Amino acid sequence: MPELMIQVENLTKVYGATRAVDDVTFNVRKGEVLGFLGPNGAGKSTTMKILTCFLAPTGGRAKVAGFDVFDNSLEVRKHLGYLPEDTPLYKDMTVLEYLQFAAAMRGMASDRSQKRIKEIGGRCGLHEVAGKLIGELSRGYRQRAGLAQAMLDDPDILILDEPTSGLDPNQIVEIRKLIKEVGKEKTVILSTHILPEVQATCSRILIISSGKLVADGTPDDLRAREKGSRYRLVVEANGATQDAVKARLGSIKGVSRCETTLGEDGAHSFTLDAAGDDDLRKVLFRAVVDNKWTLLELHREAASLETVFRHLTTQEESKS
Amino acid sequence: MNAALTIAKREIRTYFNSPIAYIVVTVFMLLAGYLFFGSLFIERQAELRAYFNLMPLLLSFIVPAMAMRLVAEEKGSGSLEMLITMPVRDWQVIVGKFLGGMTLLATLVGLTLCYAVTVMLVGPLDKGPAIGGYVGVLLMGGAYMAIGVMASTFTRNQIVAFIIGFAISFALFLFYRLVQFTPESLQPLLSYLSIESHFESISRGVIDSRDVVYYLSVMVVSLVIATVTLESRKWK
Repeated sequence: MPELMIQVENLTKVYGATRAVDDVTFNVRKGEVLGFLGPNGAGKSTTMKILTCFLAPTGGRAKVAGFDVFDNSLEVRKHLGYLPEDTPLYKDMTVLEYLQFAAAMRGMASDRSQKRIKEIGGRCGLHEVAGKLIGELSRGYRQRAGLAQAMLDDPDILILDEPTSGLDPNQIVEIRKLIKEVGKEKTVILSTHILPEVQATCSRILIISSGKLVADGTPDDLRAREKGSRYRLVVEANGATQDAVKARLGSIKGVSRCETTLGEDGAHSFTLDAAGDDDLRKVLFRAVVDNKWTLLELHREAASLETVFRHLTTQEESKS
Repeated sequence: MNAALTIAKREIRTYFNSPIAYIVVTVFMLLAGYLFFGSLFIERQAELRAYFNLMPLLLSFIVPAMAMRLVAEEKGSGSLEMLITMPVRDWQVIVGKFLGGMTLLATLVGLTLCYAVTVMLVGPLDKGPAIGGYVGVLLMGGAYMAIGVMASTFTRNQIVAFIIGFAISFALFLFYRLVQFTPESLQPLLSYLSIESHFESISRGVIDSRDVVYYLSVMVVSLVIATVTLESRKWK
C-alpha cells in the first residue's frame, strides 16, 4: 500500500462559467484525518465527488490508493468508503437490509459480511434500529447508517461529506470519537464548516475558498500564521461617553481596530484587535487607570481558527 | 454481473414493498380482462387473439409507468450517487434496473396465463399462437422496458420520464398504423421500425429470427443509450 493514499495534482472542475475547483493540489498520507474546510459552495463537495469517481475532473489528476480516479475508477472505489452530503439512503429498506445490500454490492462473502455488519452496527450504535425502515429513522440514526455503510468493507480510505450535520451534541461527540478511532489506521477526509469539529478530530486542515486551496497545515500551523490577538474589555468610565473611551483606547499604539460591543448597565465594553505579537494588557490597564476609570474585565485571546478561517476565506472573495 | 443481480433484487423488493406493483397489476388485469372476456363471451370464440392484439397498445403505457422510477427516482433523491460510487460499472446499474423491471413485467404476463387456462376449459387451445403470443409479449415488453429505462436516465422527474418513455413507445406502436399514409418508398422502413408488425407474426405462432433480432436490437440500443447517459456526468 502506498504511503500517499490520496494524490491530487492541479485538479480543476469547471461547470459552465464557474470554476468550482480551481487548480487544487494536495496529498494525504496514511493515518491522517484531513479536515476539508470552506464556506458553502467553496468546492468541498465537488472535490469529494471527483475523488469518489462520481464526477470527472475538467483538468488535473487525482489518484486514490495509487489508482487514477478516471482511468481506474473501479479499483479506486474498491478502496473507498463514501458518505455523500445529506446521506441519501434507500428509505424503503430497513437498516439491516440496506447494509446487506451494500455488502452484496461490494462483493463481500456472506460470512464476512454478516460479521462486519454486526461489528460495524455495534460501533455505530445501530442494533436497536436494525429492523426499522430507514425512512422512519431520525436524522442521527440515518447518518450513522450511512457511516456504517461507508465503513462496511473496511476501506483504506473514508470520504465523509459533512458527517456530523444534523446531529445533536451527544451524537456529534460519538461520531467524532468513531472517526478519530478509524483515522488511526485508515485515511479519512471529512468536510465541514463547523470549526470546533476540525479542531477536535483532524490532524490536518485544508481550507478551500471559491475553488482555490488557501491553506494547508495542522491546526497549530494555521493558528500560528495568524499574528496578533484580540482583547475584550469592560470599563466603567465615571461619566465619560463611550465614544471618548473608544477614542482613547483606539489611540493606543499597536491597536489596529477598536469596536464597542453590547455592555452591562453603566459600563462600556469593547473589542480590540492588535496586529503585533506584543501583549498589550499592561498598556491597556495603564490607560484605563490613568483616566481614573475602573477596569471591570480584561481578557486576551490568541487568534482562533475562526479568525484564520474568516480571514482566509473573505480575503479571497474581495480579491476576485 | 453479481452487482447487476443485486440491484435487480433490490428493485423487485421495492416494487412489491410499495403500492406501485399492485396498482400496475390491478390496472393491467382490469383492462386486459375486460377486453379478453368481452371477446370470449360476446364473440364466443375460444382463443387468445383479442388479448394479444391489445398488448402492443396496452403495454406502450403500462411498461413506461413501471420503468419511470427506475433511475429517475434515484437521481431525484440523490441515492444514485451512493449507488454508483460503490464498486459497480455503469452498465451493471442499467442492466440491474432493467432486469428488476422485467421481473415485474413477467409477473404481470404470468398472471394472464389464467386466460389461456380459461380458454382451454371451454375449447381446444391452439398452442402455437398461445406460446408465440406469450414469448412475443415478453420480447415486446422488454423493448418497451428498455426504452422506459432509457427515458428514466434522462431526468430526475418520474412524470417526465414516463412521458418520454410513453412518447417513444407509442411512436413505435403508431408506425404500423401510419404505413398506409406514407409514400411507398418509406413503407418498408416504417413497417420494419413498427413494434406491432413484428409482434403480429410472432403472435400467429411464427417465431422468426428477424422479429427476435428487432426486439433485441431495440433493447440493446436503448440500454446502451441509458448507460451513456449515466456516464455523461463524467464528460469533461
